[in-house]
Amino acid sequence: MSIDEKLKNELWKSGIFAVKLQELYNWGRRSSVWPMQFGLACCAIEMIAATCARYDLARFGAEVFRASPRQADLMIVSGTVTKKMAPMVVRLYNQMPEPKYVIAMGSCAISGGPFRDGYNVLKGIDRYIPVDVHVPGCPPRPEALLDGLIKLQEKIDAQRIAGMASYSKENAGECPVPRYGKKGLEPKYNPEIFNPRQSWPEQNTKQLLRMPQYKPVPETPKPNPSSQMPSTPKPGDLS
Amino acid sequence: MTLQTNSSLQTELLEVSIGPQHPSTHGVFRLNAVLDGETVVKLKPVMGYLHRNHEQLAENMPYLASMPYTDRLDYLCSMTNNFAYALAVEKLAGIDVPERAQYLRVLMAELTRLVNHSLLVGFLLNDLGAWFTPVFYAFREREKILDFFEAVAGSRMMCNYFRFGGVKADLPEGALEQVKKIVQNYPRFLDEFERLLAGNEILRSRCQNTGILPKDLAVNASITGPMLRASGVNYDIRKADAYSIYDRFDFKIPLGMVGDVYDRYYVRVLEMRESVKILEQVLKQIPGKGDILSAKGLQAGRAPRMWKPPAGDAYGRIESPKGELGFYLVSDGSPKPYRYHVRPPSFVNLTILEDMCLGQKIADAVIILGSVDIVLGEVDR
Amino acid sequence: MNIQEVKDDLLKAIPNLQIEIEGNSFIIPKEKLLSIARFFKESPKYSMDYLSCITAADYLAKGFFESVNHLYSMQKKQGPIVLKVRVPRENPRMPSLVSLYRGAEFQEREAYDLFGIIYEGHPDLRRILLWDEFEGHPMRKDYVTEDQDS
Repeated sequence: MSIDEKLKNELWKSGIFAVKLQELYNWGRRSSVWPMQFGLACCAIEMIAATCARYDLARFGAEVFRASPRQADLMIVSGTVTKKMAPMVVRLYNQMPEPKYVIAMGSCAISGGPFRDGYNVLKGIDRYIPVDVHVPGCPPRPEALLDGLIKLQEKIDAQRIAGMASYSKENAGECPVPRYGKKGLEPKYNPEIFNPRQSWPEQNTKQLLRMPQYKPVPETPKPNPSSQMPSTPKPGDLS
Repeated sequence: MTLQTNSSLQTELLEVSIGPQHPSTHGVFRLNAVLDGETVVKLKPVMGYLHRNHEQLAENMPYLASMPYTDRLDYLCSMTNNFAYALAVEKLAGIDVPERAQYLRVLMAELTRLVNHSLLVGFLLNDLGAWFTPVFYAFREREKILDFFEAVAGSRMMCNYFRFGGVKADLPEGALEQVKKIVQNYPRFLDEFERLLAGNEILRSRCQNTGILPKDLAVNASITGPMLRASGVNYDIRKADAYSIYDRFDFKIPLGMVGDVYDRYYVRVLEMRESVKILEQVLKQIPGKGDILSAKGLQAGRAPRMWKPPAGDAYGRIESPKGELGFYLVSDGSPKPYRYHVRPPSFVNLTILEDMCLGQKIADAVIILGSVDIVLGEVDR
Repeated sequence: MNIQEVKDDLLKAIPNLQIEIEGNSFIIPKEKLLSIARFFKESPKYSMDYLSCITAADYLAKGFFESVNHLYSMQKKQGPIVLKVRVPRENPRMPSLVSLYRGAEFQEREAYDLFGIIYEGHPDLRRILLWDEFEGHPMRKDYVTEDQDS
């Protein structure tokens, strides 16, 4: 049930704000997203530059970078995730309290980046933890990171309290932490979150559970060429 | 482990892992420290959390294709990494560099030195507890220089500007004036920094006589860069083994006396002043126009998959802002290097981290690490 | 520095030495590495007190690893002297330079980690860049990387 705009404006003028609880809740949450200090490599320097005076991140509420994962809402994975570092990343993600979000910043965090073909590089952090926003670039400019943060804020705005995955009982659990194996990590990826052979949007199902609105759009049936609609007349065949 | 002390109190040693994720901004680096109360008894660094197998990648690509990867080694100073690699390949293949390109190279290298040292001073103060305000000032100056890099090379950080036998592109219109303005205003920023910090009581009492590195140990442990010069050893590759056109410029080498954290910080501030002097001389002497890439270099750049250097090996090194950055290349006459090795200054400078930190408090171990000036992209490659 | 002069000085100081010159580097037998390095470090003419770089290269076709050391002098500002030691691939053991130069510590650990060359006399020879449970030595030419998608 939505309120008539005119009525809303009238009420605002007299100092009464009529909003849905959900809007208010989401507005509070998205205007004060606290990132965790978690810079891995070169992208971390652009993240720091985004917090500095020129491309101020504080305008968007993300000023306070918390050192401890227990106090943070957002993990910006900035830089290459190596196989040696991946268990730490997943452990830190598990230590963050819900609701939590992940931005994969830079091509290395999204898919391995330029260092993809290597014996120690993980081909993207979304193999083990669900990622909300991907910010491409090598490194992405600070403005690109701000754009990613704004997209995350829009995503938070669209979440429904009733459908929040973090409040549901069956979603209580941690992402399993990979172990060091003989040549790589075991397991190689988290099958609940990532499937290397399937294309988007079938994969990342756990992510999609958080966002009921983002369902895959069903394919519209193509029009049959021999249908009854007359074809538009071409120039030159006036009859 | 228990220690029987004189009093009837039984104490234990505490093993702490200052893990890969920590509030200090040095990157994914881990220190396994054994503490007796607050004093460090044993300290072992663990690295490899950013090991991106750069050397293996380079063996599968033509020489020119590894140039963008060298940007990502020491990601704060991409221009000097490119410089060292270009120098090593030019040594291997015997390529010469024209005049204007030499001046442009020195210009970029010294601006990078300014960027790196101002960032380091900002991060060192961050470690001391001055949470992020000095970093803001340092980043303000850095942004001006990065604007210039973007105008010239197309990218703020990963410039990929150098080529074998010269540089990629000439300066656009108005770029030299931009540099002149930066160079004119930099001494004022340095004065501001010095006034803010050199007399600061907290800085002095925490940094002086902390983490002392004696001269002989520094030389034996292959330390290079400002850390070595803060211990009093006069060795700067720009003077000792002059590469490019550094022998044409007049600049001094600042040396420290004690070798503690304060000396390392102050040597870097003085080196920034010397870099400004070099930049002023470059701006005066740079030829108005000229080639920026030699003929042989053009050949290497046009068809990288077909350019084959002669067989042999070469070791090219420069004085990067952190120390001696060297590239060892072995060629077997094919377009791809047979062996490509990077000698990183941060990695070798970490050898005596334990020696410097023994007996100090754990909080001081963090600032000693800050004064070594490591960048994990270089340590782990 | 003329390489022939250096070779003559070396042969005078250490008799019965079989060394070859390749390019601008010396190929020396591994048993004599420590004595040659000590000569260069302590002789007043050379005083090579700074070990700049230790690295290794894998020559699969020829069947050996080559460990390369670059020595410079900080006092006299001269150099480099390049010493190369060849060890067979089946049994790659050679003496460590840590007793003479502290700076060799981490670089030898890296060569052990990535190539598998065992430096005898190293105080703490274990993996440095990869994790301890890792098997294999990745920079060897015959190493196969795992497939992450299977």
